[in-house]
Amino acid sequence: MAYISKRNRRKEQEKQTAANNRRELIAAGFKRRDLLKMGLLTSAGMLIPKKGLSARPLNSMGAFDDDEPNSPNTTPFQELMPRLPVLAPVASLTPAPTIAPNTAAGEARTVAHQAFAQFPPQRFYEMSEQAGTVLMAPAGELPPQTIWGFNGITPGPLIVERYGNLGSPGNGSILLRLRNNLPADNGGFGLPSVTEHLHNGHTPLESDGFPCFFMERGQFYDHHYPNVYAGINSTHPGTGDIKEAMHTLWYHDHRIDHTAENTYKGLAGAYILFNEFDTGNENTGFRLPSFGDGQNPLTSFDIYMVINDKVFDNQTGLLKFDLFNTDGILGDKFLVNGKIQPVLHVSPRRYRFRWLNTGPSRFYQMFVLGPNNSTKSFWQISTDGNLLERPVQVNSSRFSVAERVDVIVDFTNDAGKTFFLENRLEQEDGRGPTGDVLGAGQGDKILKIIVDGPVVADNSVNPATIPPGTYFYGFPNTTDPVRITRTFRFERGNGQWQINGQLVGGCNAAPRFAIKRNTIEKWVFQNNSGGWQHPIHMHFEEFQTLSINGNAPSGTGLITRGRKDVFRLEHNMEAKVYLRIRDFVGRFPLHCHNVVHEDHAMMLLGIINDVGDNKTQP
Amino acid sequence: MTDLKRRNLIATLGSAPFAVPLLAQAQALDSNPKFKQISSRERIRQRYFPNLVLTAHDGRELKFYDDLVKDKIVIFNMFYAKCEGICSPITRNLVRLQNILGDRVGKDIFMYSFTLKPKEDTVAAMKHYAHMHKVKPGWLFLTGSVDDMETVRRKLGYVDPDPEVDKDKSNHIGVIKYGNEPLERWGGCPGMQSPEWIAETLSWVDWPKDSAKTKVTSAKAKANGGGK
Repeated sequence: MAYISKRNRRKEQEKQTAANNRRELIAAGFKRRDLLKMGLLTSAGMLIPKKGLSARPLNSMGAFDDDEPNSPNTTPFQELMPRLPVLAPVASLTPAPTIAPNTAAGEARTVAHQAFAQFPPQRFYEMSEQAGTVLMAPAGELPPQTIWGFNGITPGPLIVERYGNLGSPGNGSILLRLRNNLPADNGGFGLPSVTEHLHNGHTPLESDGFPCFFMERGQFYDHHYPNVYAGINSTHPGTGDIKEAMHTLWYHDHRIDHTAENTYKGLAGAYILFNEFDTGNENTGFRLPSFGDGQNPLTSFDIYMVINDKVFDNQTGLLKFDLFNTDGILGDKFLVNGKIQPVLHVSPRRYRFRWLNTGPSRFYQMFVLGPNNSTKSFWQISTDGNLLERPVQVNSSRFSVAERVDVIVDFTNDAGKTFFLENRLEQEDGRGPTGDVLGAGQGDKILKIIVDGPVVADNSVNPATIPPGTYFYGFPNTTDPVRITRTFRFERGNGQWQINGQLVGGCNAAPRFAIKRNTIEKWVFQNNSGGWQHPIHMHFEEFQTLSINGNAPSGTGLITRGRKDVFRLEHNMEAKVYLRIRDFVGRFPLHCHNVVHEDHAMMLLGIINDVGDNKTQP
Repeated sequence: MTDLKRRNLIATLGSAPFAVPLLAQAQALDSNPKFKQISSRERIRQRYFPNLVLTAHDGRELKFYDDLVKDKIVIFNMFYAKCEGICSPITRNLVRLQNILGDRVGKDIFMYSFTLKPKEDTVAAMKHYAHMHKVKPGWLFLTGSVDDMETVRRKLGYVDPDPEVDKDKSNHIGVIKYGNEPLERWGGCPGMQSPEWIAETLSWVDWPKDSAKTKVTSAKAKANGGGK
């Protein structure tokens, strides 16, 4: 069924009225701060009551079904933006990791590690998924929140690793042991049965976080991450294809049917891979801003920003999850690295920001807002953590749930100035953005950036001076022969989500389709709806976009040419993508990463094996 | 399977002394009196389960929260007797689910089908519908005033954000919502999913293993495994 939704005239009128009201109040001498205090304006800049804050649409009576859609007021830009703590390796694990699942010791894994002998782990990490107590707003404005996090924090610790150098690929191999120490009492939402996905590592699939590989309370699960380039056992034996390098990844819960509540409750964290080109040191390789130790503001200029939106119960002040929503959940509070609308102090120099949107359902178009509502341009260097051919100067970057964008923002000449990360993409409900981009200063300010740090040396490359041509790796070719073209139609029927007219099928169903290992496929993604948008995520290997609605992807603005693991399937769109599936075998999902849609069956479960099948509409 | 292992339970109880200073610390941090101390379970009740009086196909008048939801594992769906599309297949699917769940339905698991057309679906019409589908005890078809049924529909999230789509009742048919009220575990799945798989998903919100109550999953569903 196709649902063509027209912009509702009444909604337009309401929006206009709200904007007029706001202008009148401001003209009458009320400052933004006064309105905030009076509770008439949310920190996002919208008059209350105003659509777009709620997890739910208005009902026929014009009221929200859940009568308190708005979070309590919080004062923006009071607290420092935390830098993600870096996870330290451990000397050894007890019991020692085994290739076969160590069921007797309480391991939840059911499939033997397939690449452990080839790439023995060189470093070990261990994390506990457990409840923790955190403050998300200035003390006293919201009560302490009980979250579920990796090591009890959200976002979880940052894992910083390196690919093995070309020629000794096994040097990057690590093993991450996760333990499920979540409580039985969920405090209102969350399922303490989990599976963890390294999004979008080229990972042997028993370690990939298949949605049906549950880890129950009291169990552990060993994830083997070889951190090798795709092609290692196929097209580029012994080295892998450097053009498949990935640098900005993340990890998150992927429990089938319960991913939205579990990630919303905090089970997500970030993961960085360096190599001899993207080194983390601005004096070497591509000379991107130095990572340093990730903490020291005088030496760490590569900053991961985990962005998400949440709603808080305005009676209890506690994190609220709409249990019965199937469309998508929008928050009215924006968090960066676990704090609502924090502040970052920077020095007058270049920075690498890594933006990740963990959802649950909101899309962003991020601008850097400068003084007097000016828009500061910046350099986008990647899509989903994969470097482009060269930095591209843009005024904004758009990213939906699970997408990542790495950018270089140059504050060299901005000493003393203040900027904001501003999302100007209008979105009123979980269906996706309306398509309208708001004016400068009219969007949601997410982070305040003050350029008041000391002057420090900047040896990072200035993207403005890079000569024409490829500066990073370039893209793999898209001209090798394709084994099969498959079509995936994402749609809604009878209030539920379907792919090619079918439901997810459940963990006990046969795989929907089989990909033959070490082959190339072309996939057609279709969205016939004018109302819904879907971030479509493929695990394991990334794809390149061949066409969007019949046109080759353009290289400007909303960059679509780079390698991706999430395709932003917008209104009435058909896209063709090209992907190589190499090296490892096992089960994988293909799904919508609006995690609410994902939990309501917008997923299919396939398998990679050495046979494959010829289903063109799985 | 959700299981609260005995040793975990003991570990939790054993840590109880630490809970007091934590709580005190939390209260010190939360000096703002504007927030109420309401349990999450109570907030869920307030948000989603207004205690409306509904009428079942057996003629009984029952309160939505007190009689139907409280202390139970529940399965919700929407229907109307004259629905010609997907309703009957889903009802037939749920009959198979009821058979899989066996005698737990009516004991600690309860199935509720709420009408989308309360004017048409009188007690007699619902009774006929239930009889026609060989529905067993523990599964109620429910009606009420137009306003009350609209409230139930919206509270349980059977809503489309597009008002035009929302008007078409068949768009609210496809999804089952389920949950364990005291455990505060809730979820949803397609009504046309295999009944064995629906039973499996219900097991994720089941009582702890060492509870006096029995497990949801039938031997059959269990044999099909959890994707292993």
